[in-house]
Amino acid sequence: MSDFTPETRPSALRRAWDSDLAYSFRTSPVALVSGIVALAIILGAVFAPWLAPYDPFDPGSLNLMDGFTPPMEPNPFTGNVYWMGTDNQGRDVFSTILYGARTSLFVGFAAVLFAMVLGISLGLVAGYRGGWLDGLLMRIADVQLTFPSILLALLIFGVARGFIPPAYREAMAIWVLIIAIGLSDWVQYARVVRGATMVEKNKEYIQAARVIGVHPAKILVTHILPNVMGPVLVIATIGLALAIIAEATLSFLGVGLPPTQPSLGTLIRIGQGFLFSGEWWILAFPAIALLALALSVNLLGDWLRDALNPRLR
Amino acid sequence: MGDALVRVEGLTRYFDVSKPWLNRVIEREPKAWLTAVADVSFEIRRGETFALVGESGSGKSTIAKMIVGLLPPSEGRIVFDGQPMAGTAGAAMRSLRRRFQMIFQDPFASLNPRWRVGDIIAEPIRTFGLASGAEVRREVGRLLEVVGLGAADAAKFPHEFSGGQRQRIAIARALSSKPEFIVCDEPTSALDVSVQAQILNLMRDLQDEFGLTYLFISHDLSVVRHMANRIGVLYLGRLAEVAEGKRLFREPRHPYSRMLLDAVPDLEMSGRRRKRVEGEIPNPIDPPPGCAFHPRCPLVADRCRREIPAPVPVADGMAACFAVEEGRG
Repeated sequence: MSDFTPETRPSALRRAWDSDLAYSFRTSPVALVSGIVALAIILGAVFAPWLAPYDPFDPGSLNLMDGFTPPMEPNPFTGNVYWMGTDNQGRDVFSTILYGARTSLFVGFAAVLFAMVLGISLGLVAGYRGGWLDGLLMRIADVQLTFPSILLALLIFGVARGFIPPAYREAMAIWVLIIAIGLSDWVQYARVVRGATMVEKNKEYIQAARVIGVHPAKILVTHILPNVMGPVLVIATIGLALAIIAEATLSFLGVGLPPTQPSLGTLIRIGQGFLFSGEWWILAFPAIALLALALSVNLLGDWLRDALNPRLR
Repeated sequence: MGDALVRVEGLTRYFDVSKPWLNRVIEREPKAWLTAVADVSFEIRRGETFALVGESGSGKSTIAKMIVGLLPPSEGRIVFDGQPMAGTAGAAMRSLRRRFQMIFQDPFASLNPRWRVGDIIAEPIRTFGLASGAEVRREVGRLLEVVGLGAADAAKFPHEFSGGQRQRIAIARALSSKPEFIVCDEPTSALDVSVQAQILNLMRDLQDEFGLTYLFISHDLSVVRHMANRIGVLYLGRLAEVAEGKRLFREPRHPYSRMLLDAVPDLEMSGRRRKRVEGEIPNPIDPPPGCAFHPRCPLVADRCRREIPAPVPVADGMAACFAVEEGRG
């Protein structure tokens, strides 16, 4: 906060409520509904240890006799009733979804953050420096774009597993996954930031800073970065949905997170095995949760893109 | 003659306007160079306003950018108060930079839209470490009042101001490092005519108050007439004439200066007929041989088509024209 922030002004909450963005959010039914859904899932995931009725990772509390209990029906052996039923090991599906969403969201946020930091820094440097460095970075980006990102993530994941000793594989899996998804996703941030940087750097306020000899790194961070963050936030929101789906896909394919650390994708993979034997709920509820999460985040991203675009107002 | 604060010697700037390498190889084209500024020399005396005028594409802004260090010159040098700018680095360059500033053409692009006005004006103060803490605040408030705004405006954002007010903010920023020399690159051409005069008068008042030296770049002769002590007329990157302001308007020597002045609307209603500027400024990638002005010049002679006229010193400046040299004008 600068020295010139006024001392007497409405509270931060009041200003946020009065902002254009908040108004657009309040008056858009799609944004409102998807915001509530996304917030509910995120809160559920964050507070999973307190909200979940059972701890699905405590083997002591699991009873194999509870296995395959259908939703809302008492178990024939123990008489326990589960909201969304139980899986083959007697784990409460609702609780595993809360914990699974926790893992999925963590991987999603971390991968987007990693891709953002990498993409923004490379985009800023490429756009501001120009010349051969720009050419090199953008050709790397072009080459990377010719591969489907899921294929790239698979490749990075496979290579990383080759380097990590087997004893650490399970513990490191989540970090490898984050880096794999992040690396496969930095290009779009870099491109958007590079384009916006090239527009901004020729504006006279940048020249004014250069005349007085402000260091280029400082110009990038204090002048250009705040002016290119708008489009970045939009792709970051949509990128979050994509990262969650990428993680679920990798975990579904069995190369992502191990069953000891299940994400929504892992849960879907486990449930898939029981679909044709009639235990549909083991697959259906995690799948619905993933769908609701990805869809609501995506719709929020769409709304944000429209709300931040002055030409669409 | 006052002492020269800024001396420009043989300043030249080429731009590479070639097509990309692959296109050149396939189309068998050589590299293309544009000469934006060619062998320009002048000096600006302490306390005066030196104006550079010329049509668009004459190299005015390129000269301004080279003087403030935004563009390196291809050839020639710029000497600020006896100190050559090229080769100065580190702390010496820092103290040199503090002494000159620039005011830009477009007040909508020259202020960072995400910064508060106070932070914009304080940027040079903070960069040069001229003040800190509450002192910065006080200084910014004082500067805002100097340019005719209020100290409370420091908390606002640029979009809350009109074009003229924004240019006042840009002037306050330029003044904040207490410079001696300010390069003004068409400071009023983006403003309404009614606001132009206010800004120009403010700039003159500030010049008197702080003893500033201006390099004033403009294509608007009536603005230049109001502001400048001495005027340099640029044509296609070369100086055609340098003269005292009053003298240039009374009796221009170079045929190009005459043509420009004839085109100015007759505000004094002296009955002078307004003449149109004939012809167009030639393509600087492929300039005409000899004197660049010869295709448009009414006094053209054979020599003008072959040789480039060298600047000839005259009473209060110089003129680069064979007709003037030979007394044909």
